[in-house]
Amino acid sequence: MIYDIEYETMPREALESIQLRRLQTTLERVYANVPFYRQQFQEAGITPADIKSLDDLRRIPFTTKQDLRDNYPFNMFAVPMDNVVRIHASSGTTGRPTVVGYTARDVSTWSMLMARSLSAGGAGRGDIIHNAYGYGLFTGGLGVHYGAERLGASVIPVSGGNTKRQVVIMKDFGPTILTATPSYTLHLAEVAEEMGVAFNSLKFKFGIFGAEPWSEKMREEIERKLNIIAVDIYGLSEVMGPGVAIECHEAKKGLHVFEDHFIPEIIDPQTLEPLPYGATGELVFTSLTKEAFPVIRYRTRDITSLNPEPCICGRTHVRMHRVTGRSDDMLIIRGVNVFPSQIESVLMETENVEPHYQLVVDREDNLDVLTVKVEVGERSFTDEVKGLQHLERRITKNIKELLGVSARVKLVEPKAIERSQGKALRVVDNRKI
Amino acid sequence: MQVEQISVFLENKSGRLSEVTAILAEAQVNIRALALADTSDFGVLRLIVDDTEKARQTLKNNGFTVGKTNVVAVEVTDRPGGLHDILTMLHDAGLNVEYMYAFVRSSGDNAVMIFRIEQEQEAIRLLESKGVNVIDGQRLYSL
Repeated sequence: MIYDIEYETMPREALESIQLRRLQTTLERVYANVPFYRQQFQEAGITPADIKSLDDLRRIPFTTKQDLRDNYPFNMFAVPMDNVVRIHASSGTTGRPTVVGYTARDVSTWSMLMARSLSAGGAGRGDIIHNAYGYGLFTGGLGVHYGAERLGASVIPVSGGNTKRQVVIMKDFGPTILTATPSYTLHLAEVAEEMGVAFNSLKFKFGIFGAEPWSEKMREEIERKLNIIAVDIYGLSEVMGPGVAIECHEAKKGLHVFEDHFIPEIIDPQTLEPLPYGATGELVFTSLTKEAFPVIRYRTRDITSLNPEPCICGRTHVRMHRVTGRSDDMLIIRGVNVFPSQIESVLMETENVEPHYQLVVDREDNLDVLTVKVEVGERSFTDEVKGLQHLERRITKNIKELLGVSARVKLVEPKAIERSQGKALRVVDNRKI
Repeated sequence: MQVEQISVFLENKSGRLSEVTAILAEAQVNIRALALADTSDFGVLRLIVDDTEKARQTLKNNGFTVGKTNVVAVEVTDRPGGLHDILTMLHDAGLNVEYMYAFVRSSGDNAVMIFRIEQEQEAIRLLESKGVNVIDGQRLYSL
């Protein structure tokens, strides 16, 4: 069902005129209230008044994750802290996360967009939503939660982890909608099977999955194992959280971007030139209605393409292809963002360890497993096995504490890590996505 | 009186040990004693050779991580309880044995054991004062 029929099915011309009006308002607000954006405009020799059409957007410089980090924690906020009612954060390099804020109206807009998303994914009043996205600084859990309440569905705020208890809840409470990461969903299915619970005979009808890249093959597997229709949801905390784009369960062919609140662009990540519809490149977002944390031409680093063709569901909003990769080296390990440079700085801070390392990512029993190979040099070597095991444990503990991700540490011989043209191969991703 | 031992870090994969022995053979280094301690992922190879410095340098040049440690070589009477007597002496003096292994050759009628003890000088003094024969490096390499 379409939750917001007026805006979601608006003719393109009307939609674009709303976009332009909202864009101009947003630009004026950030120019007045965020020193970073004012400086960006000044360096480009423009003012908000120069943006007279949607095409003029491309005259504005891009914003990167590094810009957000440089303005840690609150310098990108466009409202006084008195008006901020919620703060979320995503993991960032060297323990410095990206911090985002929301006004009461932002939370309300987000809830509405999540209500639209859940509705597009098959949910409605009377449904029970089993929400296994993590609650906390991560936007997944609370994003779905507020959307479910706005929609008028019942939400079970089960969050991540404690899988056996989740299976019991699924059996006893009879939820009809599942929201989780796709990899955790497959893990749930396995645990259910071990517990003798037939997953495909539960009451689930639809599932809304995201927060990590997944494939058509995984969709088929989930749909078969759970006997449901599975759709893809997209979002990132910098732009809002989940609910930036959603696949409709009618077509299951690309995610509708809520264009009355966000302008998507595709650029060539090398030349930074805008690319036409259909071309594959890096996704860039400009927010149109956010108050506390507007973003202007934010480079997501996600690789995808945009499809403007009309959709059978009736929505007029453009569809983005499922994300197929990254234009940087970020890894998503069980929903946690990990950059190789973060691991490197953990190693540098661990006494006697040299930063010769390689990250290997595998998917075992449908869960991501990160192995960190570390070369043993003379400084870290000892002839006692327990000394080397202690070293492994120390590195594991530091990675867990600083990055919040569990890693297996494997000590290897010097030069064991493949080097191509003198440059070490830092990441080996064996996941078949 | 102590003996020099070299140690080499090895990943647990087939063929690594024979690469070390091949490198040493080519350098004309004779292995006098050897012990391997391992886990599922890696191992530490400990070696006593007739030319410690040459062995160390050659292995390093071939990309291995090599360490050098001092150990104590002790004559152990070849009879029931021979080793036990020595361990008791060390234990009573509060000296902890990190690891030990047997030397291939014997010294006369006695076996030779290699001990890694952190306070090695103290251990040597103790054992000698109790009449235990501690063998120095030069003699050991030529046994």
